[in-house]
Amino acid sequence: MSAPQDRTDDGGVPVPVTPAGATGGAPAELPPSSPAGRGMFGDQGTGDVSGYGGLVRPQRPIEAATRPYGGYFDEVTDALEEAYPAFGEAIEKVVVDRGELTLHIRPERIAEVCQVMRDDLSLRFELLSSVSGVDYLGADARRLHVVYQLTSMTYRRQVRLEAAVSAEDPHLPSVTSVYPTADWQEREAYDMFGIIFDGHPGLTRILMPDDWEGHPQRKDYPLGGVPVEYKGAEIPPPDRRRSYQ
Amino acid sequence: MSASNYATERETAEGKVFTVTGGDWDVVLSGTDPINDERIVVNMGPQHPSTHGVLRLVLELEGETVRELRSVVGYLHTGIEKNMEFRNWVQGSAFVTRMDYLAPLFNETAYSLAVEKLLGIEEQITERATTIRVLMMELNRISSHLVWVATTAMELGAINMMLYGFREREYVLEIFELITGLRMNHAYVRPGGVAQDVPDEAIAKIRDFLKLMPKKLAEYEKMLSGQPIWLERTQNVGVLDATGCLAMGVTGPVLRSAGLAWDLRKTMPYCGYETYEFDVPTHTDGDVWGRYLVRLAEIRESLKLVEQAVDRLRPGPVMVADRKIAWPAQLAIGVDGMGNSLEHVAKIMGQSMESLIHHFKLVTEGFRVPPGQVYVGIEAPRGELGVHAVSDGGTRPYRVHYREPSFVNLQALPAMAEGGLIADVIAGGASLDPVMGGCDR
Repeated sequence: MSAPQDRTDDGGVPVPVTPAGATGGAPAELPPSSPAGRGMFGDQGTGDVSGYGGLVRPQRPIEAATRPYGGYFDEVTDALEEAYPAFGEAIEKVVVDRGELTLHIRPERIAEVCQVMRDDLSLRFELLSSVSGVDYLGADARRLHVVYQLTSMTYRRQVRLEAAVSAEDPHLPSVTSVYPTADWQEREAYDMFGIIFDGHPGLTRILMPDDWEGHPQRKDYPLGGVPVEYKGAEIPPPDRRRSYQ
Repeated sequence: MSASNYATERETAEGKVFTVTGGDWDVVLSGTDPINDERIVVNMGPQHPSTHGVLRLVLELEGETVRELRSVVGYLHTGIEKNMEFRNWVQGSAFVTRMDYLAPLFNETAYSLAVEKLLGIEEQITERATTIRVLMMELNRISSHLVWVATTAMELGAINMMLYGFREREYVLEIFELITGLRMNHAYVRPGGVAQDVPDEAIAKIRDFLKLMPKKLAEYEKMLSGQPIWLERTQNVGVLDATGCLAMGVTGPVLRSAGLAWDLRKTMPYCGYETYEFDVPTHTDGDVWGRYLVRLAEIRESLKLVEQAVDRLRPGPVMVADRKIAWPAQLAIGVDGMGNSLEHVAKIMGQSMESLIHHFKLVTEGFRVPPGQVYVGIEAPRGELGVHAVSDGGTRPYRVHYREPSFVNLQALPAMAEGGLIADVIAGGASLDPVMGGCDR
């Protein structure tokens, strides 16, 4: 569909056109959806109304932390460094944000690191609380992240491990041999993000039907939905509504 | 066809004697049983009434013994996590409350704590809002455990317990209705506080409930605890020790019934739980019986917590003071549920244009959350309920993942049931207390 224009090039009076998605009877032809979900009111920009005033909100970037990390974070990192010889190579970045420690791990090393985190006496992360995927579409080539929340019941500590893989080669070792509880959670991450955990005992879909195509929680997978007519107006589905990023 | 097909006959002095031999008696006596050696696959569910919702169990049976069990989940998957990415942060409350429908207030509180941590406003949450959250969560824990004891007893044959459990749960739901306007799916706990204050009638009703409940608990115990059938069906059934629990990631009453007193309210306190007086009940058997005792004891502890929370309630705001985050309207309960108070509507529509703009911006657009990620775990009735929330700096969640205890705990069912009797699959599965709405999300 061609973009609706309400300006004329010859400097004349802008001619309003019917906004996409707001036609009367026939189903509206909806503008192409995007990750930002823009499309209402015929806007072709970001859809951010605050931007019309030239306002730019500075975003606080999340940067790698430098020592000392504070709290028990130094102890944990030191203990891991001592117990795991390949520490320097395996750890890509250490982030301390909002009182939480995140260790970014090279994906091929994740199972080894988990093994050390669980077994070393000064670490003792006995419980893998959660495994989840996040799709940082557009951030860099390795857009698919797997996030592991480890809990040490002995020391009452929590640490997050994060490993990033690309959508083209979404492979990393499974941690099910270290933490059997990762079984279903890795299956969910596979189901929703298409991340392949090598060595998993049975990596099949778990929440979606077995014959489903695509990985629904990836950011480039549309939410779907149909426009709804309410009192004569047509309300676009949620992913085609205006968003304010 | 002659009679000799059935029995051999011979003539004796007393007359004809037939020697009857059974077709396969020698086979039976030799110890091999062709019928029982045959493995059959039985599908239990997804609509079986004993599977706590739409859970499907594929059982491989040898006679009545379960040799292999695989659970199939996903029948109730509704894509809540994906949907939330297309709504603003406050609207997320109304989505997460529908996950584990027996513990909606836990879902909401965990979500709100995560959003508040992302916003960095944990310190600004008012004392009253936190106390109300504790009050509501503990009432919810009681109602959830009541449903557990009701449904589990029903599945093991005690229909009367089901009626009593649901009766008392209804009392809690009436309290919820009085406070939030809804029996379930409240969207009451929101980022920044709670949607509205607790009315005085609710406090009176809670006090009545605190008087009533100990008597009812004693009745349940009288009915179940000494009853031979209940003991037979629960003791040494569905055993999972602490090692098994940790390996499978099982938390909550199941882990505590195996002897490990791991309760996030004590070990990693949130919402000021460290200032309350309560115990963490444990048991050492790690069987269904232990889980029953732990859950009943937890109801008693929750009653203690509710009482303390009610005593602590002091007048004050229930929402953060920051007008850039707090919902602009005071909500009121009308005949059709919860909505904006008429006073507020009159103000924005008739008196203050700025208030209208503010209301419009905050309600349609929502507040922005600085980029980053957090993980918040709280002790839900079924175990650790964790929220992993990621923000990209926008007005909508970039990603929200729920670590659902139902989902994680269900993995332990084969470990509990394989090698046992098929009847114990029901008891073991029920003792995990899975809620499929939470499991499948």
